[in-house]
Amino acid sequence: MSSYLEATARERLQRLFDAGSVEEFLPPAARVVSPHLGQLNAPVAFDDGVAVGRALLDGLPVYAAAQEGGFMGGAVGEVHGAKLVGLLRRAVVEKANAVVLLLETGGVRLHEANAGLIAVSEVMRAVLDARAAGIPVVALVGGSNGCFGGMGIVARCTNAVVMSEEGRLAMSGPEVIETAAGVEEFDARDRALVWRTTGGKHRYLMGDCQAIVADSIAAFRQGAIDAIAACRGEPVELTLEALEQEQAMLAERIARFGGLADPLEVWAAMGVVQPAAIPMMEADVFAEAARCHRLGGR
Amino acid sequence: METLTYRFENGNRRLPKPAEVVGVVSSGNLEVLIEPAPLDGACSIEIKTAAVGFGATWQAVMRDFHERWQLTDARIAINDMGATPAVVSLRLDQAAETMLGGPA
Repeated sequence: MSSYLEATARERLQRLFDAGSVEEFLPPAARVVSPHLGQLNAPVAFDDGVAVGRALLDGLPVYAAAQEGGFMGGAVGEVHGAKLVGLLRRAVVEKANAVVLLLETGGVRLHEANAGLIAVSEVMRAVLDARAAGIPVVALVGGSNGCFGGMGIVARCTNAVVMSEEGRLAMSGPEVIETAAGVEEFDARDRALVWRTTGGKHRYLMGDCQAIVADSIAAFRQGAIDAIAACRGEPVELTLEALEQEQAMLAERIARFGGLADPLEVWAAMGVVQPAAIPMMEADVFAEAARCHRLGGR
Repeated sequence: METLTYRFENGNRRLPKPAEVVGVVSSGNLEVLIEPAPLDGACSIEIKTAAVGFGATWQAVMRDFHERWQLTDARIAINDMGATPAVVSLRLDQAAETMLGGPA
């Protein structure tokens, strides 16, 4: 069983999709590198930290992207973002069956400032355009850098998010919260607290991700297959009704849990029998235990 | 950043496949892009490294690599973020093995 967490972006693509099926667009040999990093005397990567292309998933032709967390924390620069947008737009033109985004990113690449911010907003628009065209978009989050910032929003713009416990999903990262609001608000060095708050299990209970899987590439593969299958026969586009449901779920969350300081208290308030046992559970045992307590369809 | 280029002649092993990339540009690591190219039989290596001032060490590591592999008509490009010589050697071997399907 090979770890998803420990694999590089390309290893994930090669092992998650059908063997030998990945065809990359703008591969490293094309040398489309960041125009900004060189000016700042910083190293570039030949793929700007993201591999995009098409592949077969259990025989189904899909479009796919994988961010490389090792290169600048998977941060989105101008080229990186343009590759994601181009992939999503091409998926629309080619009427793809689905798009699978293997996200691992700290968000905007600060070196590229406005270009990076614009790139992330364009990715959001492209995800919603793909959904409006009837193409399901699925996000996988299981890398050690998590999925933060604007790309955390991108993940929640998709039809489904599949996470491992080790994966993290949030807007501001732990250090950002501690810096802005103080260590009393959030201790970024308390790793157990960080994972309790942003990790896959809490996201699953809160309704922010639709599936929780073990940290293996095979498990993420099955999660992606299941998530795409679940979109069949359902409206793929973002609807006003779905947004209103989401809004109601968020209002319920604040009403029920807004005054609580630690996810352990939240889990207890949800009726989870042994909240303290949650962090030690294997993914499948946890999913079974959480199913009757978790919020929201999405 | 510093850019270093090396060119080695008289190799005899051709690369049988299109480009491959191994490694990731992260702290203490590097990526190696290896591809066949018409270079009059030479093996050219271009390095962009964040660690400035280690040209002599790079030259020795690249010379050893060429002695091990004897590549011809091969273009290698490296983006480096401060990898140690041992890591650089291993990555280069990984790149050549990925291309040629076995150890030197």
